[in-house]
Amino acid sequence: MTMPLMKPRRKNPVLRTRQMNLPPWARGRTALGMTAAAAEGRFELQACQRCRAVQYPPRDACHRCLSPALKWTPQSGAGELLSETVLHHSNDPFYRERLPWRLGLVRLDAGPTVIVHLHGDVPGPPARVHVGARLDRAGAAVLIGFPPEEMEHMADDRMLREMTSDPKFRKILVTDGKTEVGQALVKALVKAGADIVWVGHAEPWKKLPGLDDITALPQVTLVPLDLTNGRSVTELAGEIGGKVDIVINNAEVHRTYGIAARRGTDVAKHEMDINYFGLLRLAQEFGPALKARSADGVTHAAAWVNLLSIYALSNYPPHGTFSASKAAAHSLAQCLRAEMRPTGIRVINVFPGPIDDEWNQNLPPPKVTPAALASSIVKALREGIEDVYPGDVAQEWLERWRENPKVLERELAAGG
Amino acid sequence: MAARGRRSYEGVAVAVPVTVPYRRYSTKGAHWFIGAALDALVEKSGIAKDRIDGLTVSSFSLAPDTAVGVTQHLGLVPRWLDHIPTGGASGVMALRRAARAVQAGDADIVACVGADANHVESFRQMLGGFSHFARDASYPYGSGGPNSIFAFITAHYMRTYGATREDFGRICVAQRANALKNPNALFKVPLTMEQYLEARPISDPIHLFDCVMPCAGADAFLVMRAEQARDLGLKHALLRGAIERHNAYPDDPVLLRGGWVMDRDDLYAQAGVRPADIDFVQTYDDYPVVVMLQFEDLGFCEKGEGKEFVRSRTLTFDGDFPNNTSGGQLSAGQAGCAGGFLGMTEAIRQLTAEAGERAVNDARLGIVSGFGMVTYDRCLCTGAVVLGASA
Repeated sequence: MTMPLMKPRRKNPVLRTRQMNLPPWARGRTALGMTAAAAEGRFELQACQRCRAVQYPPRDACHRCLSPALKWTPQSGAGELLSETVLHHSNDPFYRERLPWRLGLVRLDAGPTVIVHLHGDVPGPPARVHVGARLDRAGAAVLIGFPPEEMEHMADDRMLREMTSDPKFRKILVTDGKTEVGQALVKALVKAGADIVWVGHAEPWKKLPGLDDITALPQVTLVPLDLTNGRSVTELAGEIGGKVDIVINNAEVHRTYGIAARRGTDVAKHEMDINYFGLLRLAQEFGPALKARSADGVTHAAAWVNLLSIYALSNYPPHGTFSASKAAAHSLAQCLRAEMRPTGIRVINVFPGPIDDEWNQNLPPPKVTPAALASSIVKALREGIEDVYPGDVAQEWLERWRENPKVLERELAAGG
Repeated sequence: MAARGRRSYEGVAVAVPVTVPYRRYSTKGAHWFIGAALDALVEKSGIAKDRIDGLTVSSFSLAPDTAVGVTQHLGLVPRWLDHIPTGGASGVMALRRAARAVQAGDADIVACVGADANHVESFRQMLGGFSHFARDASYPYGSGGPNSIFAFITAHYMRTYGATREDFGRICVAQRANALKNPNALFKVPLTMEQYLEARPISDPIHLFDCVMPCAGADAFLVMRAEQARDLGLKHALLRGAIERHNAYPDDPVLLRGGWVMDRDDLYAQAGVRPADIDFVQTYDDYPVVVMLQFEDLGFCEKGEGKEFVRSRTLTFDGDFPNNTSGGQLSAGQAGCAGGFLGMTEAIRQLTAEAGERAVNDARLGIVSGFGMVTYDRCLCTGAVVLGASA
């Protein structure tokens, strides 16, 4: 059984901070289909639409019947461990720094033989095993052999911790503590074992409901942070930037209405100032600090989370300017992801449907509760998921958007 | 006797084995080694360069060139050309193709060359880009290269058939003894079973002496009609049979048998011999488990009995079952695609009395077996030839 991870000792400040060497990241265009599914937490392989044969490694035509119609299809992952090895030598710097490393050869019940990173709780062959897909530190999908049943401390497996951004023992900045979502996040992170949670508070003179509850938690420290103010962001980064392992940017301004219902640009500017420029200011100050610590021991800097909106994919006219600001933020987050990737920092984008808060008061259910949203973010950190669409509305919009974005645009223009 | 409608290989000679000395690292490129091999062929055979009208080239380090680029680089004007970069199977495949070319009259004298460069960074750079499947589905898993793949195969073989590390050690230790009589072998000191067992682990159950040492070098030979070899006064061996198979048994979840099993009856029928008639074997030995598979799959013992076989036979050049008399790649070094030629040049030497101190007593018949190209979880190419002494 996995030994529970112990809280790491304070770092010796004299020692050099290790730099990141990414694992091999190159994949062919076809193989990136596995990464696309794993980014949303699914294990998919290509299945032939003519003869049903499941394919692996990814291919351009069916190895059985030559049909080019191969469709990425969710897999159960059930299989049999046939062989294992422990590597004591590697040709790649990422693995050289992490030897010994356990690998398995698994025959999936669905047919193919797959090579996997093997979890320490899987007994030697022959053994039943559950194969799942995860993004590795390079953001590329890899297969992992898990024990078929959940086991205690499973997440603390050394190999698995390299693939995920588990909050346990990590130091986390949540940029806005005054909202229900921010407070739910803080509670969920503390429950998940976070070491320190710094909570941003833009207007410290305001006494807002719920703040006292979270500041009573011993792990939580309120910090002044106003994302509209570059100096405020710089000052906080100077103070805690070298210690933060995970940044969760949940600060947002959300006002209703589109173009015609309100005169002038003040509200839209304010939305952009927080939702878009706020992210830009934060990324410029905290991004370099995270990147520098991405290989710094078992609690290395790991992830950056952006609270976006499903409206970022397609404009929802009743919340038109808000949608536009979230679309801008989404685009910027893609840029951030590309810039963070060479150091192995994962950028997680969260696209909730309407959240059950005051700004969505007039919307009918279903709405995502702040607690459910927070737990989906913790799950994404733990499981190495990159794109999160929490709640039924987000899931349905995503499906409609993937099916035909033009049809979705027309439907949203007609009121949903 | 032709098997399954295949034409026989009768009348094909293989001659003039040459080796460009192996070296661990070299700053020279593949063209340099190919040139050196051809130069040696010309010098040793006395055949003028412009009489070589057929060429096969096997190399991993030639890119972006192929065999075509080699013709201009070295000033050859062949009327028959093949590019065969299939690693451990390349020697067998080159001979098969060249044999048909000379039988058909498409070429008279074919030079078959296996050559590879090895710079300090070459091996690592080759692994990640070896194949699409390796890039997508094996290299990202620990980047052990073939070590981890053959660790899976070796562990599975051990579990299935009860072989032990010591059984594989017998193969490696005997090959080292052979290498000590081969001046071209990179390893110059004896290897004991104790040293083999105590070596550091590389990828369990693969340990240091189960692995080959990548190096630079070249091996080459000439293929022509037997009568031509006689006319030219060249010592030669005769091709008696040849088989080849790719991606055999794709539904086997782990490689425990190779394509030889599908074709070996043809091989022995073509040659008109039985396994018991064979005087020596040159197996492909990237890892010792593969040698054991070949003993089984070429019919020297039953599947799963490789362990008893190596316990009961003596595998050195002077033993009762000489295997890899040059020391094989495990002890001579693996010069890339030349590794697929090593067994071929050695077999020709054994059959033409050129093997010096490591000569197999009264060698008349030998098998050279090839095995190449781990694109994902197994080797895809298998092949073998039976060679016989000419007189």
